[in-house]
Amino acid sequence: MEKASAGMWRKIDSRYNLVGSMCERCGTKYFPQRAICRNCGKDTKMLHRKMSGRGTVYSHSEIRVPAEAFKESAPYTVGIIELEEGPKVEGHIIDNGKKVEIGTKVKTAFRKMYTDGEEGLIHYHFKFIPE
Amino acid sequence: MRDVAIIGIGLTRFGERWEHSLRDLMAEAGLSALTDAGINGKDVEALYAGIMASGRFVGQEHIAALLADQLGFDNIPATRVENACASGGTALRQGYIAVASGIHDIVAVGGVEKMTDVTTSEATTALGGAGDQEWELNQGITFPGLYALMARRHMHEYGTTVEQMAAVAVKNHLNATKNKYAQFRKEITIDEVLNSKPVADPLKILDCSPLSDGAAAVILAPLDIARKYTDTPVKILASTQATDTLCLAERGSITGLKATAVAGEKAYKASGLKPGDIDVAEVHDCFTIAEILAMEDLGFFKKGAAAKAISEGETALNARLSVNTSGGLKGCGHPVGATGVKQAVEITMQLRGEAEGRQVSGAEIGMTHNVGGSGATAVVHILERTN
Amino acid sequence: MAGIVGYGAYVPRMRIKVEEIARVWNEDAESIKKGLSITEKSVPSMDEDAATIAVEAARNALSHSGINPKEIGAVYVGSESHPYAVKPTATIVAQAIGAGTSLTAADLEFACKAGTAGIQMLMGMTDSSMIKYGITIGSDTSQGRPGDALEYTASAGGAALVIGKEKSECIAEILATASYTTDTPDFWRREGANFPSHGGRFTGEPGYFKHIVHASKLLFEKTGFKPSDFTYAVFHQPNGKFPKNAAKLLGFTEKQIEIGLLTPLIGNTYSGASMLGLCAVLDNAVPGERILVTSFGSGAGSDSFAIEVTEGINEKRGRAVKISTMIKDKQYIDYAQYLKNRNSITKR
Repeated sequence: MEKASAGMWRKIDSRYNLVGSMCERCGTKYFPQRAICRNCGKDTKMLHRKMSGRGTVYSHSEIRVPAEAFKESAPYTVGIIELEEGPKVEGHIIDNGKKVEIGTKVKTAFRKMYTDGEEGLIHYHFKFIPE
Repeated sequence: MRDVAIIGIGLTRFGERWEHSLRDLMAEAGLSALTDAGINGKDVEALYAGIMASGRFVGQEHIAALLADQLGFDNIPATRVENACASGGTALRQGYIAVASGIHDIVAVGGVEKMTDVTTSEATTALGGAGDQEWELNQGITFPGLYALMARRHMHEYGTTVEQMAAVAVKNHLNATKNKYAQFRKEITIDEVLNSKPVADPLKILDCSPLSDGAAAVILAPLDIARKYTDTPVKILASTQATDTLCLAERGSITGLKATAVAGEKAYKASGLKPGDIDVAEVHDCFTIAEILAMEDLGFFKKGAAAKAISEGETALNARLSVNTSGGLKGCGHPVGATGVKQAVEITMQLRGEAEGRQVSGAEIGMTHNVGGSGATAVVHILERTN
Repeated sequence: MAGIVGYGAYVPRMRIKVEEIARVWNEDAESIKKGLSITEKSVPSMDEDAATIAVEAARNALSHSGINPKEIGAVYVGSESHPYAVKPTATIVAQAIGAGTSLTAADLEFACKAGTAGIQMLMGMTDSSMIKYGITIGSDTSQGRPGDALEYTASAGGAALVIGKEKSECIAEILATASYTTDTPDFWRREGANFPSHGGRFTGEPGYFKHIVHASKLLFEKTGFKPSDFTYAVFHQPNGKFPKNAAKLLGFTEKQIEIGLLTPLIGNTYSGASMLGLCAVLDNAVPGERILVTSFGSGAGSDSFAIEVTEGINEKRGRAVKISTMIKDKQYIDYAQYLKNRNSITKR
């Protein structure tokens, strides 16, 4: 049976390893990757940069009513993480028994995000975990 | 640029319209707008239709042509406008531009969404498309989740409380009891909101606008010929729009919507008005926190002051500023594509003095504020009574 | 000579106690705990599988090794619970640890010993200078049929070793290896089956013990070592009891196997088991100490290794989380949550 897989494959480095962009001129780092720097516009080059994955919780929420692909795993916590490199990114925050609040220090972990049904692809992704 | 007026309005009852399809709803609102303007479908020169996700909700794309046909328009140009939940407001702006520019005289603007033909879970997934699919929804961050993240931060930075957020829902439900088009014509209490089912902490189900079916329509014409059709044309003083990052996390601040602030400033500038001149406003309260953000971003209150003001009644019906007299998205319902147009219908009713039990006395100037996604699009209109 | 350049492990933090499983099946927990010498087992979260465990273990091993991941020439993942029947776990791991693209990778399966088969493959490849470094991982989220004796032990975890041959970079040298392999159907899982089947008591004598003992003795013959030449010994540990008996048969003391015996605390991590035991030993070992590791995979075979800890271990100590820390960080779940985590019950 034909199933689409190019979409997840294309961004695999960002999904696994938090690879974002850095503007060659002003040094600003971005996640997700972007082609044009917000500060410098088009007259610069955007380089790939892996983020450390370490950061602090900027905001968080426990999702109780999930989207279809996440119905098995609800409730789960999501948040905005302010990475030590500067960019803020959204992600899952794994429950490891530690309290999650604004300012909580986190690092990344490698987990399954969702699967395309019983026979489809498994989507692996970074998640955040309180340190 | 020509001045533009609203010469006709039409609206369906919002809610779970089990017996009515998307085209039924649009026909109902469209016919009522044509009747209100005293024109025939053959008089309409162009259609702009705001629909967010008909493909996912009813499996139908190419909606504008379908609606033009169903409404009996005569081979006119018809264009679908999609800006997530701001599709309706954006369609209105496109209609405004078409008339103001002189390209068309009589333009129909519609907004519609049929959301109850899919499961709640499928609808949640479809609405998630208003955010960043790749970096938000794909990580399980639902649409309520995005506003929950804003709410949590707003609570952190300004001490906003869940009780103050609940007060927005209570006010809007009260207003909705006076609106025969509203989905929820039932008062609720702060306690009921706080004890309702958690959706995305700190937001509960009664902090959220519902899934709704419904449609709204307005007919636009150049102001100088508007009186040919109606004694009560409503003039569009400003029609502005702004954008921001699709992905919430990429914004400098999430305790306000910059797109709203920018569109608001432009609207005040275009109209020469200031926040204090607005008598009645329909703002985008897809979640209770969203109305608090809107009140601050549109300059009605200082940052961090709106929650308290709303909970103290300053935006209740016929208070200092009447906000969401229709019941808002929360009380009146939120068929996403229809909402932005419905806001203009409500303000038109208010300025014409036709808002019955929820009439704002002496309303001269009204505002609509329609947001797409978690604030990547904002559309603001300022309307003025002319009679 | 090939050696270990770095090691790392990962143990999921969910645990289920023997008492909780016994409660559901009306069995006597005390006799099971005694019989299997086990108290509880690790359980993967819903978002963990053999691939995520392998990645976490490999990332820990890389941090510990201090090498540039682009210099890895081979990635092998041994597991009997690869998430895909077709599509390698090894490519997921290679990408997730930032290895380059000019490398070879494959998934290995040999019941509980596929990870140690990877060690042998990498020894040959590094010794022959075919590659500079290789990484082998044993990782499993093993399945035990509800109600089966295996349900008390089949757990989740993994360990990774970075193998290289520069002595200055190594924390331990692999002095020798020997294997013993026969066609013995003691435990199997057919393609498409959710749970393994096993030969009951047949898994013991003709399976586990015969292979462990023969491989270890072959290693003794090859090296001239005797049990007392090793400070530590690690045997595959399907339960807490078998490795103790194997030690006795071979002439090792309980003290020699104590540190590397993790099954009583986390259950049988299958492909991870003997390698996790080795990692726990390495957390404590000092230069000059020797370690015997003998794995066992049903079907059946054993790989035995003589490992000598080198000076490098002191320098790299503390770069990765200690195994004992991972074992202590735990959260207990009940049987219903356990079924949910194992995808045995799903929301429909």
